[in-house]
Amino acid sequence: MAETTAFELVTPARIMMAIDASMVVVPGSMGLFGAMPRHAPTISTLQRGVVEVYVNGNVSNRIMVDGGIVDVTEDRCTVLAERAVNLDNADRSDLEAQRQTANNNGNAREEEFLDAAISAL
Amino acid sequence: MANLKDLKNRIKSVKSTQKITSAMKMVAAAKLRRAQENAEASRPYSTRMSAIINSLASKASPETAPALLAGTGNDNRVLLIVLSADRGLCGGFNGSIIRSTRRQVESLNKEGKTVELLMVGRKAKDALQREFRDIIVDTKEGVQGTAVSFADIDGISDIIIQRLENGDLDRCQIIYNRFVSAIAQEVTIDTLIPITIEQDVDAGTDDMAAAPYEYEPDEATVLEDLLPRNLSTQIYAAVLESSASELAARMTAMDNATRNAGDLIDRLTMVYNRSRQAAITTELIEIISGAEAL
Repeated sequence: MAETTAFELVTPARIMMAIDASMVVVPGSMGLFGAMPRHAPTISTLQRGVVEVYVNGNVSNRIMVDGGIVDVTEDRCTVLAERAVNLDNADRSDLEAQRQTANNNGNAREEEFLDAAISAL
Repeated sequence: MANLKDLKNRIKSVKSTQKITSAMKMVAAAKLRRAQENAEASRPYSTRMSAIINSLASKASPETAPALLAGTGNDNRVLLIVLSADRGLCGGFNGSIIRSTRRQVESLNKEGKTVELLMVGRKAKDALQREFRDIIVDTKEGVQGTAVSFADIDGISDIIIQRLENGDLDRCQIIYNRFVSAIAQEVTIDTLIPITIEQDVDAGTDDMAAAPYEYEPDEATVLEDLLPRNLSTQIYAAVLESSASELAARMTAMDNATRNAGDLIDRLTMVYNRSRQAAITTELIEIISGAEAL
């Protein structure tokens, strides 16, 4: 089997995802970049966007993050994000309900993020 | 001696109190498990965050470091965040927070510092607002329990950052109950600003030297982006600890209350039976002496 990098996506509430990936594409604030095994150790801030996890050359997971930070070393890639939505098992009506709640609470940041997540579905 | 009817009513009322306290105990126990899981689940995020901060902070020079990291250089104005519960009936939980807050404010005042309070949770506010009315800057309620959202915490750190930028604050501390075990909670005071860099930084730099990190866009920007997040993360962790402690304290308190109610019921039942027997005896004596008199 090809070399893999240990990908982890951690939110304040839990470790949302932990899998071995062949490549992870993250929305760095200087532009998208791919983290593969033996990538140079890098810490980068993220902008709002989609993290794409590749396993065996195919996209296996897509996760929408609202900024955050990524810590890449030679054998792992850790994304820290305050808000994240897993686009593979997210439900449109669920997200819309959440957006409505955010709207009612006057939480503009959350609402914008959920908007972006819905349009990325 | 109280009459039989009174005793019966008393026993009935203690029994229903016991039912309530034992139900509250069960609810607290079930919620506690979830709160504990939440607190544990949040740990990976904060440990990774502080690892990155530590490695960055050891590189930043003290003169150019952002205020969130190194403070303003002065140490006159202290903001104390007080985490208490919104609800009572949890034993010494709120009382110990209130006592420690009072002590901390006094000792800071003695050092000649200006103290301000940010209250999270209703109980400590209710208890302290009379004496500290002038120094309470804000109160947040409903930020606890098993469903704390990160957005609520952002609201708190926004207030802190705002005050830091306005120059209203040099040091920020948070006072909360740390969850030790289901029967022990410990009042803890942590300093959020300036950040204390851990002592094992040396080991960290060795590690970093072996694998020099690249920073995108650059170290200062990463640090600037990270510090507000770190502040929220620390408050979030403290809130989760405090929620777990509250439930643990409530569980213990309600367990005690249930046991006390049980003891009281036993005692009252004994008194009730004695008085019932006494009443029967009296009646019999009356009948017998009546029959003998014939």
